[in-house]
Amino acid sequence: MLSVHNLACRRGDRVLFEHLEFTLEPGQLLHLTGRNGSGKTTLLRTLCGLTLPHEGSVHWQGEDIRELGDEFRAELTYVGHPNAIHGELTPEENLFYATGLARRPERARIAEALERVGLAPQRYLASKLLSQGQRRRVALARLLILESPLWLLDEPFNALDRETAEQMGAVVARHVEAQGLVIVTSHTALPVGRESVRELPLEAPE
Amino acid sequence: MSRLDIAIWLVFRRELTLAWRRRADIVVPWVFFAIVVSLFPLAIGPEPQTLRTIGPGVVWVGALLATMLSLGHIFDTDYADGSLEQLALAPHPLSLLVLAKVAAHWVLAGLPLVLIAPLLAVQLQMDIASLDVLVASLLLGTPVMILIGSVGAALTLGLRGGGVLVSLLVLPLYTPVLIFGASAAMSATQGTSAEMQLSLLGAFLALSLTFAPWASAAALRISLD
Amino acid sequence: MREYASPKLFYPLAGRLIPWLAAITAILMAWGLYLGLFDSPPDYQQGESVRIMYVHVPSAWMSMFVYVSMAAAGGAALVWKTKVSEMAASASAPIGASFTLLALVTGSLWGKPMWGTYWAWDARMTSELILFFLYLGYMALEASIDDPRRAARATAVLALVGVVNIPIIHFSVDWWNTLHQPASIGALNRLGKPTIAPSMLHPLLLMGLAYTFFYFTMLLVRIRNQILVRERNATWLAEALKEGR
Repeated sequence: MLSVHNLACRRGDRVLFEHLEFTLEPGQLLHLTGRNGSGKTTLLRTLCGLTLPHEGSVHWQGEDIRELGDEFRAELTYVGHPNAIHGELTPEENLFYATGLARRPERARIAEALERVGLAPQRYLASKLLSQGQRRRVALARLLILESPLWLLDEPFNALDRETAEQMGAVVARHVEAQGLVIVTSHTALPVGRESVRELPLEAPE
Repeated sequence: MSRLDIAIWLVFRRELTLAWRRRADIVVPWVFFAIVVSLFPLAIGPEPQTLRTIGPGVVWVGALLATMLSLGHIFDTDYADGSLEQLALAPHPLSLLVLAKVAAHWVLAGLPLVLIAPLLAVQLQMDIASLDVLVASLLLGTPVMILIGSVGAALTLGLRGGGVLVSLLVLPLYTPVLIFGASAAMSATQGTSAEMQLSLLGAFLALSLTFAPWASAAALRISLD
Repeated sequence: MREYASPKLFYPLAGRLIPWLAAITAILMAWGLYLGLFDSPPDYQQGESVRIMYVHVPSAWMSMFVYVSMAAAGGAALVWKTKVSEMAASASAPIGASFTLLALVTGSLWGKPMWGTYWAWDARMTSELILFFLYLGYMALEASIDDPRRAARATAVLALVGVVNIPIIHFSVDWWNTLHQPASIGALNRLGKPTIAPSMLHPLLLMGLAYTFFYFTMLLVRIRNQILVRERNATWLAEALKEGR
């Protein structure tokens, strides 16, 4: 369960958001909407602890994430704008090293994840030879391998064609059904079922 | 949660694998080292006695500059492609993961300088008998410079100033290592004991191993904010 | 006390203190300069040129004192996230750098009559030079970071790393100097030993005190300026300015 109290973030002079308050329970998806520059990415980064808020706090299972530290980070997977993929490594190697930081790496799981995102044929290609959409899929494959409860996704379906976006949307939906928690930023409509979706529009205060 | 030692080993291995795939890039600091050292005879003249006198200092300054030049490689690409923030999100102490990165960086950019140094020393007419102390001083000194340099690199991630800014921050902090390292090498050429200097370099290494990764991790979190 | 770490309370407090501090600075400076430049005896070795000491030595003391204060303020900013600490650190840097530059220039001018050269690479001056580079690095780092919060935190880390290294640098340069310099160049180092005459010590301490009050005065002035810039959108500031505080 993720809860946020009186959260405020600024960029220089501009207040991005303030007095933000919400709670997210297992089995819920929070959709952050808003124009570019409205602070969606900053909020996401504040929720995973990369950015320090100017005011307020974030709590996981009732405890401040700043106190929890590593324990909290073990429960989340963050997929940001950049794919965090090294071009010189193959998708298989990228996932091996990336997921190995959080969870004992198993080649079988990695192979299966690549299969599920449709990249099995490209397993042994250097990632710089992949298209943008393919690289995004490698980044998202991490979610399938790590299976952490909390997913924080920043524009996850960018660069994906409609079919793949729907496939990944189904992956997200399944995670929510399995009592996972997901926070997603996206300009566009989510290819996810509407039932457990909560909207949080972020508009900069006047 | 994966074990800490596995995570550290993976970070170390990844750095070495990536470096191998970007082979052309690693060689640059080594070549720079050789070029810088050759500049001195070109500037001052090849008179053997002069070269022998300035030799230890020149090799040390060359190694210092080559080390400094390579500092950008530690974090810059990872910062750009997003893998650095993933490292910061790993459920392990960032200071230890950073230590793994820095250790790999030393293997790629520090250790080779230590191995090339004897060749350059011979070019500068330095006595063969003094080479073991030169190598020992660099073996102790290059990791210290890379550890201190990593703090500077972490503070300046993504900034306009780039490499020159890191140099300005880090060069004043290198002076103790330079003083004792060059002095050790010089004592050896004069036939006196370099024990005191080498012990001090060892102490510097112990100090930087303890504090630098922690300072770098703090600096990284500040830069990633 | 902690409340004064907020700009809102600090601004008027500083405003009230500044005239007093400035007055004390002026009195101490005038008194110290009179004693040092006119009243105190000439040195038995150096004659009248020793009088540069009264400007040079306190300057060197301040260059160190300000750096340590800057690092302490930075540390406070990192731990307690107080804005005034951030501003104190940032405001101190140019003042400290100026003291360092003054020490370098006066030391160099002093060196000419004493050793026949403007720069003799003695231990103190070399350490002072490295300190100057440390200040420049700090200010360069601050200037390259646009976000004020990142700038404050990054420079705080740098200052703390610097403050830990300064004793090591002093020790190393000292050792380097004894290794390479002949023993005759010890005139400046004489000040380290407790054989200085009281008639010379008093003006020296007075000037030290004067410089310290100068630092405090300028620090408060500069912090107020920083508050004006960083809090320019705050309502309390508009009211305070209207009331002439």
